[in-house]
Amino acid sequence: MNLRTVRALLLKYAFICSRNTFRAMDVFFWPLMDLLVWGFLTLYLLKVSSAVPTLITFLIGAVIMWNILYRAQQVISVSFLDDVWNRNLLNIFAGPVRLSEYVAATYVTGILQSLIVLAILSSAAALFYSFNIFEIGLVFGAFFVNLLLMGWSLGLLTTGVIVRFGPPAEALAWAVPFLIQPVSAVFYPVSVLPPFIQPIAKLVPASYVFEGMRQILEHKTYDPNGLLISFALNVVYMLIAAFVFRHFFEEARNKGLLAKYGS
Amino acid sequence: MFENIVEVRNLRKEFAADAVAVKDISFCVNKGEIFGLLGPNGAGKTTTIHMMLGLTRPSSGSIKIFGKDIEKDRVEILQRCNFASAYVYLPWNLKVWENLFIFSEIYGIKNRKEKIEYLLELFEIENLRNKITGTLSAGEQTRLNLCKAFLNDPELLLLDEPTASLDPDLADKVRKILKQLQKERSITVINTSHNMLDVSELCERILFVQHGNVIAEGRAEELMAKFGGASLEEVFITIARSSRLEGALGK
Ligand SMILES: Nc1ncnc2c1ncn2[C@@H]1O[C@H](COP(=O)(O)OP(=O)(O)OP(=O)(O)O)[C@@H](O)[C@H]1O
Ligand SMILES: [Mg+2]
Repeated sequence: MNLRTVRALLLKYAFICSRNTFRAMDVFFWPLMDLLVWGFLTLYLLKVSSAVPTLITFLIGAVIMWNILYRAQQVISVSFLDDVWNRNLLNIFAGPVRLSEYVAATYVTGILQSLIVLAILSSAAALFYSFNIFEIGLVFGAFFVNLLLMGWSLGLLTTGVIVRFGPPAEALAWAVPFLIQPVSAVFYPVSVLPPFIQPIAKLVPASYVFEGMRQILEHKTYDPNGLLISFALNVVYMLIAAFVFRHFFEEARNKGLLAKYGS
Repeated sequence: MFENIVEVRNLRKEFAADAVAVKDISFCVNKGEIFGLLGPNGAGKTTTIHMMLGLTRPSSGSIKIFGKDIEKDRVEILQRCNFASAYVYLPWNLKVWENLFIFSEIYGIKNRKEKIEYLLELFEIENLRNKITGTLSAGEQTRLNLCKAFLNDPELLLLDEPTASLDPDLADKVRKILKQLQKERSITVINTSHNMLDVSELCERILFVQHGNVIAEGRAEELMAKFGGASLEEVFITIARSSRLEGALGK
């Protein structure tokens, strides 16, 4: 792995984003809209019903953390799509660029964008709803890491499918997170899911993070085992994602697809 | 003594049972040679170039560049090569210099700024330095692609229709630049083109491919003598039509 190559690819992405308003909106605008809609909805719920006041912290915490996962996943697939849409993919892979370097660069953009989203949303939540996500404590760091890892795996898998199946699969870059959202326990506990779906939720690393967040907000304690399971699952999924991605990439090389999408 | 830079042996690419892009192509290219891959549309030229760059995996056969196998030592080989095609672009919303800067990073160029300035001047687009790449004309894009292709002082340059959208004046200049670099640095070039002037003026040796097979190989004059044509264009048309006829007769 050559760090210089990773840096060059990161620079490319920074240039692309800095000059693309719509790409910047993905980081600065849409997550904020998400927070505001959910935030005001909960304010309204508190007014018209006797819902517990922790409801607002649950939902706002969930929106912030969900957006971290969502950004990490999306940026990985979209930065690949950028190279396809720019018809630049061939120039990249006709150069001395290893697949691992290419993926590493997208992972780093995933970290950076998740951190930016976190900064924006946590400030907005403090400002509008007097909610401080960092009150969760140091364990928030572990939540963040697990969400990021899951975002990476999902992003890499999505990219792999796009590499292999081409333009018809492009919409997955935006859709995949919503496929797993129902079983990620983002806005409700796993226990409210139908019994036959609960085992699926237990295989989703993010479900432990969101459950952990609610435990802390409500009872000021959390179950460290949940986080360990989440991390272990993430490691397994990262390996599977890397394996599947490499397989799809090789298959694309076999079918001449890189050349087809890349030019 | 000639030094083989490129050695392609029995290359075959079968995308599907009914889509064999390259059937059996073998050739060698010597150091400092400008080599032309010629053939009608769909002959398998681009597929061959993509296999040489490791972008497409061959079904069988071997590709050795600098004595190394592209499938095994891809990054090492590509560090010493470069590629330009009229159909591959650089990110459209970046400025010209930003694109060149990024690729100079990818190739690990030392004196980046000077190199970029030198190339922009060489291809006469120094005034476009701060322009957004997507706003360039087709010919300006082509010249930018060529700038990118020369960033790392490649020992081997793979060009897929590099002059496709250049006006005759600039196409002539590009040919001269290639000739000059060949003289100064013994750069090796593999070039595909449908511009017969390009091929006859530049290429010392020509490989004529059709339907994924090698039909003929030699210098332009040799091909003209063998197939009886007054120009390379005539030779091209003779070979292409005869084998299209064969194809139509189901031979
Ligand atoms: N990924 C692919 N899948 C299936 N068939 C392909 C693929 N890529 C190329 N082909 C087929 O292989 C043949 C050779 O294509 P190639 O692009 O190598 O031709 P070429 O010699 O470069 O032609 P041109 O002069 O038009 O550029 C064509 O018939 C093409 O349809
Ligand atoms: Mg071609």
